[in-house]
Amino acid sequence: MSRIRAALRPESSFRRRLVAALLLATIASLVFASGAFADFLTPESGGSPNANQIDSLYKIILYIAIVVFVVVEGALFYSLVKFRAKKGRVAAQIHGNTRLEITWTVGAALILVVLAAVTFAKLGSIQDPPNSGANGLQLAQGVLTASTTEPTPPNGKKLTICVTGRQYIWRYTYGASCKSNAFGLPYSYQEMVVPADTTVVLDIEATDVIHSWWIPKLGGKFDAVPGYRNFTWFKAPRAGELYRGQCAELCGRNHADMTARVRVVTPDEYQTWLADQRTAIGDANRQVVGLRRQLTSDGIL
Amino acid sequence: MATTDYALRPVPQVIAHEVKAEPTRARWTEWFTTTDHKKIGILYIVTTFAFFLIGGVEALLIRLQLGTPNNNLLTPEHYNELFTLHGTTMIFLFVVPMMAGFANYFLPLMIGARDMAFPRLNAYSYWLLLFGGIVFYSSVFWQPPEAGWFSYTPLSSEVFTPSGGQDAWIYLIHITGISSLVGAINFYATIVNMRAPGMGWGRLPLFVWAILIYALLLILALPVIAGAVTMLLTDRNFGTHFFDPTQGGSPILWQHLFWFFGHPEVYIMILPGFGIISEVLPVFARKPIFGYKAIAASTVVIAFLAALVWAHHMFAVPVPTVVLGFFMLSSFLIAVPTGVKIFNWIATLWRGTLDFKTPLYFAAGFISIFVIGGITGIFLAVFPVDWQLTDTYFVVAHFHYVLMGGAVFTIFCGLYYWYPKMTGRMLSEPLGKASFWLMFVGFNVTFLVQHAAGLSGMPRRVYQYPADAGLTAYNQISTVGSFILGFGILLSVINFIRSYRRGAIAGPDPWKANTLEWFTTSPPPVNNFDVVPRIRSVEPMKDIRRQVERQSGVEHGETAGQPVSFV
Repeated sequence: MSRIRAALRPESSFRRRLVAALLLATIASLVFASGAFADFLTPESGGSPNANQIDSLYKIILYIAIVVFVVVEGALFYSLVKFRAKKGRVAAQIHGNTRLEITWTVGAALILVVLAAVTFAKLGSIQDPPNSGANGLQLAQGVLTASTTEPTPPNGKKLTICVTGRQYIWRYTYGASCKSNAFGLPYSYQEMVVPADTTVVLDIEATDVIHSWWIPKLGGKFDAVPGYRNFTWFKAPRAGELYRGQCAELCGRNHADMTARVRVVTPDEYQTWLADQRTAIGDANRQVVGLRRQLTSDGIL
Repeated sequence: MATTDYALRPVPQVIAHEVKAEPTRARWTEWFTTTDHKKIGILYIVTTFAFFLIGGVEALLIRLQLGTPNNNLLTPEHYNELFTLHGTTMIFLFVVPMMAGFANYFLPLMIGARDMAFPRLNAYSYWLLLFGGIVFYSSVFWQPPEAGWFSYTPLSSEVFTPSGGQDAWIYLIHITGISSLVGAINFYATIVNMRAPGMGWGRLPLFVWAILIYALLLILALPVIAGAVTMLLTDRNFGTHFFDPTQGGSPILWQHLFWFFGHPEVYIMILPGFGIISEVLPVFARKPIFGYKAIAASTVVIAFLAALVWAHHMFAVPVPTVVLGFFMLSSFLIAVPTGVKIFNWIATLWRGTLDFKTPLYFAAGFISIFVIGGITGIFLAVFPVDWQLTDTYFVVAHFHYVLMGGAVFTIFCGLYYWYPKMTGRMLSEPLGKASFWLMFVGFNVTFLVQHAAGLSGMPRRVYQYPADAGLTAYNQISTVGSFILGFGILLSVINFIRSYRRGAIAGPDPWKANTLEWFTTSPPPVNNFDVVPRIRSVEPMKDIRRQVERQSGVEHGETAGQPVSFV
């Protein structure tokens, strides 16, 4: 340490150059790092347009943030190195500078105005779902609902899946009427199966405590709050993908084990799976009814 | 004390009527009966530091559990209890009352008062805090709370968390809440009524400004949380349904009430830290604070905005977009006065002659850490981005950058700065600097990678993560860092204990500082001052030193850190 300091002391121009070089290296490494460690520094994306839009909005903020970080930390680091107490140096007795105060107040505010403008400009592409693609599931015209918060693509055609959180598992009910009358609709637990290239709208609720729906590659989190409905959407581009996620709001002791998966299949496979699931659920229900009848006749129930 | 050698005694020389405490032996019972703001301040600082160490051990246990994937060191039940205890302890039993401790000791000294406005109320505040902490921690012997420091309903309701630990948490909020509320009223009354002659609002030390606003925010925010936890208490025990969705109650109401308190609470925790930094930087830069008015005004603006940003903790709950937009913009706004403070601090260092003593290390470390916490706060304020980041380790990293920087590093800065005043002894500089570097490096190693863990999809409050999730390396780095950080804190503890008997005698004004607490002996006598000078600027001690130099004709160097003598 003292040797480094000794090396720094004799030539003030050398020292200045060293500080400049260090700063430059920091900026350069940060700029290149943002490319090289894209995964390291940015949120997950790639499974849905809204996740991709959030990712690109995040990157815009990241670039501005890197500049702010380098300028502020650089100024701090520079002052700490440059203005060490030395024999013969007298501290400048400055009390302030109004023009400077106004400059950095307005400067900080301007950056935030830009960020707000960018956010609102991008908001539509994150909140509003697009139409399903040509290769997606062919859907009937949607029913207009009274809710204003439920996202709907421009042509009104969407696949609605009800997501229900409970300690400690996710349940998915398939079908547009899953909210009004879920009776008889196919459902599954933990793993959701969806057709590719199709706009899927999730109607999220909880039956016991608060949970939070989150598949990182498919977009942000939406809390499942008992007594409330929350909505999000996604449109997975390719069949054959499996996206993982888990509950993101503390929901009790086994919060960590409340995982979720979304399996993307082709529309044809989806139809087949739905029919199979319907049959399997019907069979299981009949077995339960039979068993119950058996137990009742045996006098156990 | 060393012999009173007047040649060695640094200015000021106003010691004609120095009053010492009664020469009776200090009895231990005095600590229970005292109403002296300095003794109460010491009680506060020692008690809250003990809670800080307990909370730190809890944090290390959490990090140990997460050190390897699928670890079974802790059961999920104990893991939930630990993070609940850790968060609650650090906020309610460490940061907020530690700031109250500093304020207790130094606020009357800085404004030239002899005690707080209501000394007995002051003692009451302290004892409530201690007993609140004891009530809370006694739940460890039965069933500690496990619903998080935010205790979201319905998880914290009687159905899902039947244990009495949750009720112990409610009583902690109530008891420490009353303690802080009473204390806040006391600080406010003291500042408004008991300032030295000539100390107008424009000459109030910036730490005192910060405490004034801290008190106002406490008075604003605490009744709300008191009401909310009372509703939770009656929900749990007396059959009401404020937060019960099955009976027409609303879990989101709890979130609004909690965060209407919870966000101002963040500023309650860091504004006094900002105040400490605003006192320390000019002393060690040997230069007046840059933009006194801007710093004081930004404190007021932050407090005002702090009451308007609470729902940015709730971006993922079902709320209309217009509400999301409002809270994004209000959260943006609060970055402006905070940025103004940071720019002014850096400008205070600019063209100064920096005297690198340990308090300056912690102050500079605070700025560099807090800048990162502030920048990541902007990411979180943008609500579509927050949908990805909220409730992940990115948030854990963000608020540790804010609160470890804004509170822990500033508290250590304050402890290193004021220890000589409180004990009459200097702390060891090498040990202090070693502690700083370990804390600084350990902190960044622990929390920097947590941003990446969150971005890769690691939610908060999970007791395990799978081995194939790509999170193992981040968590291992973080765990190693937490132990470096812990070791750094341990060095400071050793320093505090060791220097109490073996440190160099400090003398009244070892740092050649600016404010009135240095215009008396270290530690100060019971009555603080015999003579309170007329205040003519923000830096009364500098004025006094100059006056003494003019009268005595002896020039004293402007370097800080010159103790009177070594033992």
